[in-house]
Amino acid sequence: MRLLTHNMLSSNIKGVTNGFPLRIEVEKVVEKQVDFNPNFLKNMFSKIDYKALLEASRIMGYAELPDHADPSSLESDDFLRRFHHALLQLHLEEGSLVCPETGRKFPVNKGIPNMLLHEDEV
Amino acid sequence: MKLKQLEGLLGSLEQFSNPKIELEQYPTGSHIASRMLYTAENSFGDVKNKVVADFGCGCGTLGLAAALLGADHVIGLDIDAQSLEIACENADELELDMEFVQCDIKNLTWKGQIIDTVVMNPPFGTRRKGADMDFLSVALKVASEAVYSLHKTTTRDHVRRAALRDCNASSAEVLCELRYDVPQLYKFHKKKEVDIAVDLWRFVPKKKQ
Repeated sequence: MRLLTHNMLSSNIKGVTNGFPLRIEVEKVVEKQVDFNPNFLKNMFSKIDYKALLEASRIMGYAELPDHADPSSLESDDFLRRFHHALLQLHLEEGSLVCPETGRKFPVNKGIPNMLLHEDEV
Repeated sequence: MKLKQLEGLLGSLEQFSNPKIELEQYPTGSHIASRMLYTAENSFGDVKNKVVADFGCGCGTLGLAAALLGADHVIGLDIDAQSLEIACENADELELDMEFVQCDIKNLTWKGQIIDTVVMNPPFGTRRKGADMDFLSVALKVASEAVYSLHKTTTRDHVRRAALRDCNASSAEVLCELRYDVPQLYKFHKKKEVDIAVDLWRFVPKKKQ
């Protein structure tokens, strides 16, 4: 699971009002090469939640994203490359996503998060 | 990529080994899948460099077609772990990056407006009434540009009405009518193979705040 996907997922348990971002528990991280596409990154920057990405990337062991970023950061090639790495190349292969409100864990196996709910959570 | 090439690559994909009727698992044929994504890209520019989600992806055919046509991030969502496993193998086979999430589409909540385009071959609702409209309703909430979907031609008026009235669509257009080959998959299928008429739809969601 890329952190771009993590940036879209939210806990959908009944009664939970703010299920975003899911906290990551890491067992295994892998890195996969992806073609660098500055235009795509610039487009994504305006849509994602940067703080959630920043925290997630640190938990995944990547400490190179700056604490703050704004649209002017996108003029820096150095920033774009770090953003690219954090957003697209880091993968949570094994671990969990934890609901920030209830602590319920959604397991991630072979890179696939299981967001299925139990009957009493729907 | 040419249409023929796309169809050829999709034709090599593994399909359901033990299809589950309660989920209305039918493979999306390479003929239909290739035309669907080819049209989305070549007529509307909804695939290349976009974020694409494949709802009820099954073995991943539509999502992988999107990846082949240059989508930058493709997510396949399905409730069934076995299908996702096959979809993963299919992605590996084609050396494509595709993300997968196991979830029930109708219980899905998404943060933000990251997904541009949703492509799907939803359950037609013959086993669980309304399953197709559940998919469409969530797809139109999630997509910011367009939703491409297949529905039985016999339900055309209903789909149009429901999409515009209940599902947040600002437009609903049938792009073409296709033949969907249904192989003899399940015990209750009496005939060896039938084909049914399906519509390829393009829905545009209303702009979000």
